[in-house]
Amino acid sequence: MPTSTLNIAELLDTLEADIRQQIESRKLSNPLLIGIHSGGAWIAEHMHKRLGITEPLGLLDITFYRDDFSQIGMHPNVKSSQLPHHLEGRDIILIDDVFYTGRTIRAALNEIFDYGRPNQVLLAVLIERNGRQIPLQPDCRGARIDLPEGQRIKLTGPDPLGIDLQTLACAA
Amino acid sequence: MHRHLQLTEQGKLKHFLSIEGLDKGLLTEILDTAESFAGISEHQVKKVPLLRGKTIVNLFFENSTRTRTTFELAATRLSADVLNINIATSATSKGESLLDTIRNLEAMHVDMFVVRHALSGAAHFIAQHTAPHISVINAGDGQHAHPTQAMLDMFTIRQHKKQFEGLKVAIVGDILHSRVARSQILALNTLGVAEVRVIAPKTLLPAHVRSMGVIPLHDMDEGLSDVDVIIMLRLQKERMNSAFLPSESEFFKCYGLTEAKLLRAKPNAIVMHPGPINRGVEIASSVADGPQSVILEQVSNGIAVRMAVMTMTLGHHGGAA
Repeated sequence: MPTSTLNIAELLDTLEADIRQQIESRKLSNPLLIGIHSGGAWIAEHMHKRLGITEPLGLLDITFYRDDFSQIGMHPNVKSSQLPHHLEGRDIILIDDVFYTGRTIRAALNEIFDYGRPNQVLLAVLIERNGRQIPLQPDCRGARIDLPEGQRIKLTGPDPLGIDLQTLACAA
Repeated sequence: MHRHLQLTEQGKLKHFLSIEGLDKGLLTEILDTAESFAGISEHQVKKVPLLRGKTIVNLFFENSTRTRTTFELAATRLSADVLNINIATSATSKGESLLDTIRNLEAMHVDMFVVRHALSGAAHFIAQHTAPHISVINAGDGQHAHPTQAMLDMFTIRQHKKQFEGLKVAIVGDILHSRVARSQILALNTLGVAEVRVIAPKTLLPAHVRSMGVIPLHDMDEGLSDVDVIIMLRLQKERMNSAFLPSESEFFKCYGLTEAKLLRAKPNAIVMHPGPINRGVEIASSVADGPQSVILEQVSNGIAVRMAVMTMTLGHHGGAA
């Protein structure tokens, strides 16, 4: 899909439909929604409302679990994760904005498993792009796109949500 | 000199030896990072994998169970491997030089030394002579500095008072021999408090104490008047024999913090003490255990602050965060 055609409202609709289908086919019981700071948390808030989930939304900051700490060092503005104390046996829907290398999801799974052993984890992302580096991939997505090397896609928000295409030189 | 040694070319923390030479931005970054770590103790798994694979050596040439334990817990919660070197039975007591001991530990591929030493400048000396990839944290050197203690005190003050601007802080007791007080004064002034008062008998104040940016006072009623924070220092009993003070009871009468003296401070003033406390010498039990005391919070905060300093010093190898 070309990036110029990406429309947030349509992406959210597609993602919602995909998640509903997966909840049914995988028989997820009373799932807990967890959004990854910051973009994933914005998308998770939308899905939380759309899916009518009563359980409070969980938030995850994966900074302490990143595998590139020795390259990028410590970032002081870490938001604390807000998760129920016991995730043992729970069905979880993990939500992020953009799926790229897979390393963020690896870090998120490591943190989730420090809270307990969930029953199932479903991965839902607004956009899946090319560039996967480890064997993880989303179960649900709003769209899949291919970007040339040196470009990245970033969600802006939270209100209104927008999509920003950046070249590597200006990528923060 | 400290600034040059403590920071990388990019201005990141490489060693943490002293508050001296560090600016407000960096001290605030330490406090903000510590804030991020504060919640980890409440997790089911009280660990994060940030320093997995790193080896941290606690080199304590001077005893301090509390400080060593909080450094050890901080390292463990960051998933580092910790080695506690018992100096009493180590090679230095068999005649090996300090540098040879350091060289041997370096050969065991360690990543950080946490150094406590009775001589001022020991941590600084080690930082100058270690391999470039190793970070050094000063856990107290002689009468010079105890920067992590100062930062955990700043963290506790910020928790209760939200900001440093406008605060009046009184530090009471043996200022002359206290590395903690020296580091606290530097940190408080860098962070922009309105006023730092030091309250002590003349025999326990350094000669040129005003040059440290404090107001020296000898009377508790005057000194505690309208302050927001009271930091009591431990009276080192060994000083009693060296003509610095007449007696413990005399000291308590004049400079011990009692409920009556505490009334001079603002009603919401907090009472701090770096520990271990001498009850009935520098502080009354009713105050140490009272509602304005934050002494045990200081101990808990010590772990988060030391986690912050460890990750900031060991996370300097790459570019911008």
